[in-house]
Amino acid sequence: MIITLIDIILLTFMGATAFAILRLRSLFAVVMLSGIYSLLAASMFVSLDAVDVAFTEAAVGAGISTVLMMAVLALTGERERLPARTPILPLVVVTLTGAALFYATFEMPAFGDANAPVNLHVAPHYLKNSFAEVGLPNVVTSILASYRGYDTLGEVTVIFTAGVAVMLLLGGRKGDDAGIKREPADDAGNADSGDDDDRDTRGGAA
Amino acid sequence: MFAVTAFAVLIALGIALARAFLGPTVFDRILAVNSVGTKTVLLIAVLGFLTGRPDFLDIAIVYALINFIGVVAILKYVQYGDFALSGNVEPVPPGNVERAPQGDGEGGQ
Repeated sequence: MIITLIDIILLTFMGATAFAILRLRSLFAVVMLSGIYSLLAASMFVSLDAVDVAFTEAAVGAGISTVLMMAVLALTGERERLPARTPILPLVVVTLTGAALFYATFEMPAFGDANAPVNLHVAPHYLKNSFAEVGLPNVVTSILASYRGYDTLGEVTVIFTAGVAVMLLLGGRKGDDAGIKREPADDAGNADSGDDDDRDTRGGAA
Repeated sequence: MFAVTAFAVLIALGIALARAFLGPTVFDRILAVNSVGTKTVLLIAVLGFLTGRPDFLDIAIVYALINFIGVVAILKYVQYGDFALSGNVEPVPPGNVERAPQGDGEGGQ
């Protein structure tokens, strides 16, 4: 009962924040409010017993994306222009789609229903036998690390590739800037420092 | 008891939210974000005790760390207008942020 009331209050706050994000024209305030929205969503996830999801939401939504959005704001303007026209047709389409999806939820099994199809397929097997088969006390860990080990390996590969790509993009840009700026200071010392700097020096001289 | 605490934290959260919506200057909103983050930490801690599982306390501590880093990054942007500059460079605030009346840009070293 108390938890339900807290959920309702948190959802009201989230709705108010989303509406304020829509109405505000100062992009700095919008970035701040989206960070607040992520924090509220993280509280909501904790209230729904999804602590790991809440942790990800706080780290990514409130931490990293706020900082990234501020970095974007440093490169762009801080005011949002008013749209030239008010789009009525997209609003109608989105409202109809949302209403259809909402209507579809009436056919879904109740939250936590033991007879729902998702709880009848492989979940009982995991719950009964995972400790005997894998030997880990935590069922979620044994599913992620053993039953779906290849899936987890693929996910880790994707994240690793994305991280390497981001490091290449950011690192390459920074190295170029540093080489161009420091070039006049020491010509002789810079000649055999590295391949990239050397090529940049010749390109700039030619 | 914990329920009363949770509702008190929620009320404080609502007040901080109102400041974030209304706040005329940048610093009001930064303070509101910081305050909402602190209230989130408190709310998670109280929720842990309310549901009888105070195992989430360390997650609340990590939230406090994330909140601190985020606010430091935002303040650095507001003072220097860039993330790449260090503290030794003369601050160049971004052009059209609506700032406090007496823009105290020379606070850092």
